[in-house]
Amino acid sequence: MRFYLCALLFVVFWSPAGLAVNPDEILKDPALEARARDISKGLRCLVCQNQSIDDSDASLAKDLRVLVRDRLRAGDSNEQVVTYVVSRYGDFVLLKPPFNSATLILWVGPFLLVIAGLIAIALFFRKNQTTAALPTGAKPLSKAEEKRLADLLAEAEQ
Amino acid sequence: MTKKQIFFIAPLLVFLVLVGYFAVGLTRDPSVLPNMLAGKPVPEFSLVPLQGRDSVGFKNTDLLNDITLVNVFGSWCVACRVEHPFLMALKKQNLIPIHAIDWREEDKQAGPQWLKRYGDPYSRVGDDPKSRAAIAFGVTGAPETFLVDKKGVVRFKYIGPLNDEAWRTQLQPLIEKLRTESPS
Repeated sequence: MRFYLCALLFVVFWSPAGLAVNPDEILKDPALEARARDISKGLRCLVCQNQSIDDSDASLAKDLRVLVRDRLRAGDSNEQVVTYVVSRYGDFVLLKPPFNSATLILWVGPFLLVIAGLIAIALFFRKNQTTAALPTGAKPLSKAEEKRLADLLAEAEQ
Repeated sequence: MTKKQIFFIAPLLVFLVLVGYFAVGLTRDPSVLPNMLAGKPVPEFSLVPLQGRDSVGFKNTDLLNDITLVNVFGSWCVACRVEHPFLMALKKQNLIPIHAIDWREEDKQAGPQWLKRYGDPYSRVGDDPKSRAAIAFGVTGAPETFLVDKKGVVRFKYIGPLNDEAWRTQLQPLIEKLRTESPS
């Protein structure tokens, strides 16, 4: 019984380092390879669209990984490599959308909503403060009424 | 409008805007990417010929001086098999030269054998085993077909198997327009 349980746990929790990058793709220069991995993680696989090309086993992803490495080896900067791929496939290929006019609402929207919420809360509490002590429908005392109240209190103290 | 009404209406408006965005966004097909090359010159590429087909291969400068189609196919691609009879029929009509990128063949023989078996509608064909030309064209799947004008500028990309209807409604009118713009 125990054996089967262990076997089950092994199957469930053991997984080989899920690496799509084939050994023959890896560059000899570790610094260059690290940059290639970094770029690959930000590029969308166009076949299985919610994976990066670093994660994907699709053949097009593999060819893109090799392309990224070849360009780095040829002396391209990280930005130049990414710009090349974007020029072919559009902003969609970036897993993190860039900040531009088309994505303005995407990036700024959440902050606007939070600010709107804060304003709403502030308004709500300010309104409540002025009316908190009064029963519904009651108006605050007028000047004359306040004076009369003070007089009455003074009279009572005497 | 009283304050109370604003508090009630503002969230409703925000909600409706969101519904609008989703109504458009969720009905889009994410596999159809914008044609980044539209209006731009074809990318530079130079592909070797298919084994046993010819000895010229296919490169970007072949696309100058004529309105042409560039078809991306592969012997592994089922949809290309579906498309193939249409391309054969198009070739017979002799309307426009059809060139091809034979994409990602693992076996050098696979492409030429496929063309021998099903027919060869292409003028020039280049072998692209490592997707270099395909990536330069922004190809995400096969088949894809590009319409290139006389100056070597990409005018249109058709994703998926070409057929009579797509030809009549999309490509043919565009080709006619290009021909009247700069008659030969």
